[in-house]
Amino acid sequence: MTADHSDHDHAHDHADHDHAHEGHSHIGKHPTREDNDVELTPGEAKFLALKSILIEKGLITADEIRQRHEFNDLGTPHQGARMIAKAWVDPAFKARMLRDGKAAALELGIDVTEADLMVIENTPQTHNLIVCTLCSCYPRSLLGEPPAWYVSKAYRSRAVREPRKVLREFGLVVPESVDVQVHDSNADLRYIVLPLRPAGTDGMSEEQLAALISRDCLVGAALPGQPSGAKA
Amino acid sequence: MPAKGHAPYARGDRVRILDLDKPGHVRTPIYVRNKVGVIDYYCGRFENPEERAYGRVGRDRIPLYRVRLNQRDLWPDYTGAEGDTLVLEIYDHWLRPA
Repeated sequence: MTADHSDHDHAHDHADHDHAHEGHSHIGKHPTREDNDVELTPGEAKFLALKSILIEKGLITADEIRQRHEFNDLGTPHQGARMIAKAWVDPAFKARMLRDGKAAALELGIDVTEADLMVIENTPQTHNLIVCTLCSCYPRSLLGEPPAWYVSKAYRSRAVREPRKVLREFGLVVPESVDVQVHDSNADLRYIVLPLRPAGTDGMSEEQLAALISRDCLVGAALPGQPSGAKA
Repeated sequence: MPAKGHAPYARGDRVRILDLDKPGHVRTPIYVRNKVGVIDYYCGRFENPEERAYGRVGRDRIPLYRVRLNQRDLWPDYTGAEGDTLVLEIYDHWLRPA
């Protein structure tokens, strides 16, 4: 992310490299990565200055920051998919999850730390779509970092204004007989969508079901995949 | 207790979202101000982000609601289905009975 995270493991392993053949082809070798020595943006410079002040003042340690980075990286869309798959096979878990998403996540060992989590259930009559118009609120400790489109100004402004058109651009045509319900994640809660379980998935294991659920399904921008071999 | 005289809203109550024209870290988007919707869900009480953002933490918690609006009320030229709605979180002091 920032300049202090540049990696140095790429450019200095030439000890066993024959430099007599400098002009030779690099096919089969990994591509050289550009050095990360560009000028800092004002935001990056401010971030680094603030970070070093906080460390110097003893308010936070570098190791605590590193640990937080590690914790942040625990969130992945697979965690959310696991939770949805369990809800599909376990009605009691589903009921608990709809009541208190955060507690249900904790049952699966997932610690949602940023806020209360509300799970919004798709029904045959209603399709749900999540957006944060004011910034980029997203259940990061459950799903990881949001995709670039989620934080884009275009998505944030258009999802509330013309959600059906946005969904069509994602390849999802919601019939007029199904209502589209947009959820602006503008304040204190965080949201994920509980999609409908696809037809033809009876008897599948939680693990197999989780594999059908992509990140975008959890935001409402897509529907779960069909099991291979099933008709779309 | 809510800061104002009225009782906390119940699900289904019609409310108008105010335009308080406050500067700073407000969480009521411009596009819903002066619009009428219904209370969909009571989220509980939360510290006011308009205070928290400036380091004033630990103050009174205020009720937060999820308010549902019809897309056709939000955007007169909305072309989707009649039942399309938008739900968002609004703090008590931005609401008035409608």
